[in-house]
Amino acid sequence: MRIVPAKRLTDALSPPANELQECPYAAVVVGGSAGGMEALSILLAPLPADYPLSVLVAQHLHKSDDEYFARHLDARVSLHVTEARDKEAAEPGRVYVAPADYHLLVERGGTLALSIDPKVNWARPSIDVLFESAARAWADALIGVILSGANEDGAQGMRLIRDLGGRAIAQDPSTAEYAVMPQAAISIARLDIVLPPEAIGDLLVKIALGKMKIHNRLESGNMENNR
Amino acid sequence: MTTNDIENIEVDLLLEAIYRRYGYDFRSYARASIDRRVRQFLSSKRIQVISELIPRVLRDEEMFSELVQYFSIPVTEMFRDPFVYRAIREKVVSLLKTYPFVRIWHAGCASGEEVYSLAIVLAEEGLYDRATVFATDFNDHALENAKEGIYPADRIKEFTRSYQEAGGTGSFSEYYHARYDSAVMNTALKKRITFASHNLVADHVFGEMHLVFCRNVLIYFNRELQNRALRLFTDSLIRGGFLCLGTKEDLQFSEVADEYEAVDLKARIYRKKVG
Repeated sequence: MRIVPAKRLTDALSPPANELQECPYAAVVVGGSAGGMEALSILLAPLPADYPLSVLVAQHLHKSDDEYFARHLDARVSLHVTEARDKEAAEPGRVYVAPADYHLLVERGGTLALSIDPKVNWARPSIDVLFESAARAWADALIGVILSGANEDGAQGMRLIRDLGGRAIAQDPSTAEYAVMPQAAISIARLDIVLPPEAIGDLLVKIALGKMKIHNRLESGNMENNR
Repeated sequence: MTTNDIENIEVDLLLEAIYRRYGYDFRSYARASIDRRVRQFLSSKRIQVISELIPRVLRDEEMFSELVQYFSIPVTEMFRDPFVYRAIREKVVSLLKTYPFVRIWHAGCASGEEVYSLAIVLAEEGLYDRATVFATDFNDHALENAKEGIYPADRIKEFTRSYQEAGGTGSFSEYYHARYDSAVMNTALKKRITFASHNLVADHVFGEMHLVFCRNVLIYFNRELQNRALRLFTDSLIRGGFLCLGTKEDLQFSEVADEYEAVDLKARIYRKKVG
């Protein structure tokens, strides 16, 4: 793969030598905490109902959420949003949200799984739990996105996504209600694609059209785990 | 082949080794959770590569039993999902009262918080003295803890709140006494509970039940093993008996779906059809 030194979004995107016939990615995982809900609805807004990737979300929620978050999001975006169900296959064009008080994991083969394992980073659902299992399931066909939040959940998951060949994008901390979470991911997973939520949404649409691939310019810094 | 693919083979081999050496079958468990727990165990033991664990588990029973603890980390709380216990009070208890005695199987009771929650509901509803509760788990260590019924005092506040939300009619403090930093469940709550080792992967039905209570166990199984467990529950339930699953588990895509009607869908309470 060609590595393009990227300073701006346009550099992070590259039309491949022979234009890609189809989208090389299977899924997008998104993690957020405080301030993440708003960013998430902005990010999902431009994605059309026939979006060819599955979108999986781990957003920190109060355990009394009772599917409110999924319904709220479903009403605001074109894609169909539901709570993830155990053993359900992740379909393209759908958004699956981790239920409050459960971890969401992905099995190899792309089936969703829930667990009540102990909290990770004081959170259930934990973003790291989703990202790490998704990275193992989808490897280089995965895109990870980390949004606003006040703790460091998701940073290790982003690093594994990169180590296994996937792509990783952070919300620009200056646009985040709470900068800690994207900032941690940027430094721990050495992220160089850092954008406001609107631009992340646009980028996800372009990628899906198959015209673009994204490149993380910096190495993830953990090459021993690499392919 | 990537490292990621190789690690997948390593976990396959580890589970196969455990099965052939010790008879515990984790091959039908939901794999992503097993993967996580194997990795946690590795880092606790400072072992770098999953393969290195295989000979150690094969030759060292102590290593195996430590690993099994990781595979069955008990994660539960008193009155988890209070509305479920409220639904049991409101929709199940009155029917159970029509029987001269009631047999209840709590499958996968882990460290026992939920079996004591159920016992409290039965006691407050005047059903406990006619009830026999079988609380089973494959993890003997967890069963020992469940039998002792001693929980950290710092969780009592949360348990008390859930007890109230679950429709508790008394005061939660009546059901335990404090000892140092712990809360010890009252002996009276234990007198109708039989704790026993039972493995849903390999063991069979052991009696006729009026209620089977099995929450957040099936999510750790693959579809095939889920169906095996659900078949056991169905064979064990009397006609008109109740099944209560975890709030994110359901019968919809299972092989026994047609044999039940829903009593409370949100609380995942089903009733085995009479006809």
